[in-house]
Amino acid sequence: MTVGALDRMRTAGRVGRIQALLWRRPWMRAALLLGPGLTWFVVIYLASLVLLLITAFWQINPFTTAIERVWNIDNFRTLVTDGTYRLIILRTIGLATAVTITDAVLAFPFAYYMARVASRRVQTALFAAVLLPLWASYLARVYAWILILNHDGVLNWSLLLVHLPPASLGYTNWAMWIVFSYIWLPFMIIPTYAALERIPPSYLEAAADLGARQGRSTWDIVLPLALPGIVAGSIFTFSLTLGDYVTPLLVGGAGSSFIGNVVYGNVGIAHNIPFAAALAVVPVAVMALYLLGARRLGAFEAM
Amino acid sequence: MEGPWVRFALRVWAVGILLFLFIPIALVIVYAFNVSTIQSWPIPGVTLKWFGQTWQDPEVRRALLLSVEAGLMATAVALVLGSMAAFAIHRFQFFGREVISFALVLPLALPGIITGMSLNSFFAFNQITFSLWTIVIGHATFCIVIVYNNVLARLRRTSSSLMEAAMDLGASGWRSFVDVTLPLISTALVAGALLAFALSFDEVIVTTFTAGAQNTLPLWIFGAIRLGQRLPEVNVVVFFVILITIVPVVIASRLTGGGAAGRVEAVAAAEEL
Repeated sequence: MTVGALDRMRTAGRVGRIQALLWRRPWMRAALLLGPGLTWFVVIYLASLVLLLITAFWQINPFTTAIERVWNIDNFRTLVTDGTYRLIILRTIGLATAVTITDAVLAFPFAYYMARVASRRVQTALFAAVLLPLWASYLARVYAWILILNHDGVLNWSLLLVHLPPASLGYTNWAMWIVFSYIWLPFMIIPTYAALERIPPSYLEAAADLGARQGRSTWDIVLPLALPGIVAGSIFTFSLTLGDYVTPLLVGGAGSSFIGNVVYGNVGIAHNIPFAAALAVVPVAVMALYLLGARRLGAFEAM
Repeated sequence: MEGPWVRFALRVWAVGILLFLFIPIALVIVYAFNVSTIQSWPIPGVTLKWFGQTWQDPEVRRALLLSVEAGLMATAVALVLGSMAAFAIHRFQFFGREVISFALVLPLALPGIITGMSLNSFFAFNQITFSLWTIVIGHATFCIVIVYNNVLARLRRTSSSLMEAAMDLGASGWRSFVDVTLPLISTALVAGALLAFALSFDEVIVTTFTAGAQNTLPLWIFGAIRLGQRLPEVNVVVFFVILITIVPVVIASRLTGGGAAGRVEAVAAAEEL
């Protein structure tokens, strides 16, 4: 036997021993596999989130803008008492609600068509067609709407074709409403479709046999059964609108700041990270409440 | 059952939604060929000259290079850590398993501004200066989730008896992993990697908080649109970014048999546990 072969056997033995050890102790394997990813998450992500929460209770020195680790709730007090911030928070939540409702209304008939009318092949094609825009660059889609809503854009050109007066939607809250509804629409369609597809056709046949008209069975059977799906979709449309600041900056007007814009401004320009952190807690708190409500409506089973 | 009128109305609605979804994308592609520097409709003529000029622009080139570097590295980190986590969650039952699987999707479920903001204060707190690495850390944090979900979904669909059979026949754990498990999940890995890259390549919100003064391609577009400058080049870059983000997704969905719905399914998968 050569030295090389012996060496190989010894290595194999060592590897084998380690393998046997790992095989006998599954928790060790689990720890080895999960360890690096989990460390990454705990050390970088979760630590950052906790730090964010803590920073919200600190303050900055108004002259040097250095962070002072003095515990207080002044940041939160400012949020509640200052009319400007209250308005911004209300605007953000209000628009997120409007976008969610719009997307639900747009998505439901489409998802219904996908799930109950379209053939199998059309169904697959539509599914892909809905997903594709979701992945086509976010900025590209916002930019597309800037071009459309422009004074010389496609919208006014089409209005002129049908002899209507030009609209000036660019840089308004209306523009934000349109762009957000457009961008997040696929997030609403997919869960709604998933919920509708799971409704057994026999339910509707039974309703029809018992004399229910189309409208009645849609209202009394389809809608309640699809509701968890719609709520699941609304989690995305609501949360994504709530945390956005790019669209308000690009298509919103002068008076259309979102929570995100103030956060961004306080991080980048004012260097008031404690205040930005306090403001960032608002969407997290709103989302936590929203998720609790959604859970009760059974949205998590529908996703 | 739906009457003919209802069916007709639904069909019209569906066509309307499809137009609504695709007209803006088609339009923005048309603008890349706009001969004028003014972005009005209809475009006065068609040209390819902006493609050359954009390609020659050193700022765009630098931004593209940074985006590709950050995307590749974030994808590499995500591939290793994400698939390892998926194996662990799939194979083992342990205390806190549900909590971990929920925590893993937080970066996708929470608004991007929270992730960006918290990473930003984390870097500031630890006095880490912004570099390629801070961008990679930011991107990898949500790319891990994409890979994790793709691999986990595939593992759930493959039976573990195949691997057990290999081991009964004398293959070592490593050997059966390389010869049996890896081929089974390889397309899920590729799909996860492509989706992670597409997500990273397009990311704006987290990146603005982790890039400092550096410009990735989306940050360059963002800045140019805000200032309303060099819009012909923006048109070309946007056209290119659409291609770059859509092509990987199309390939990925082919590889996973249409299963790579990405973000929506990512969150859904975690809730299923």
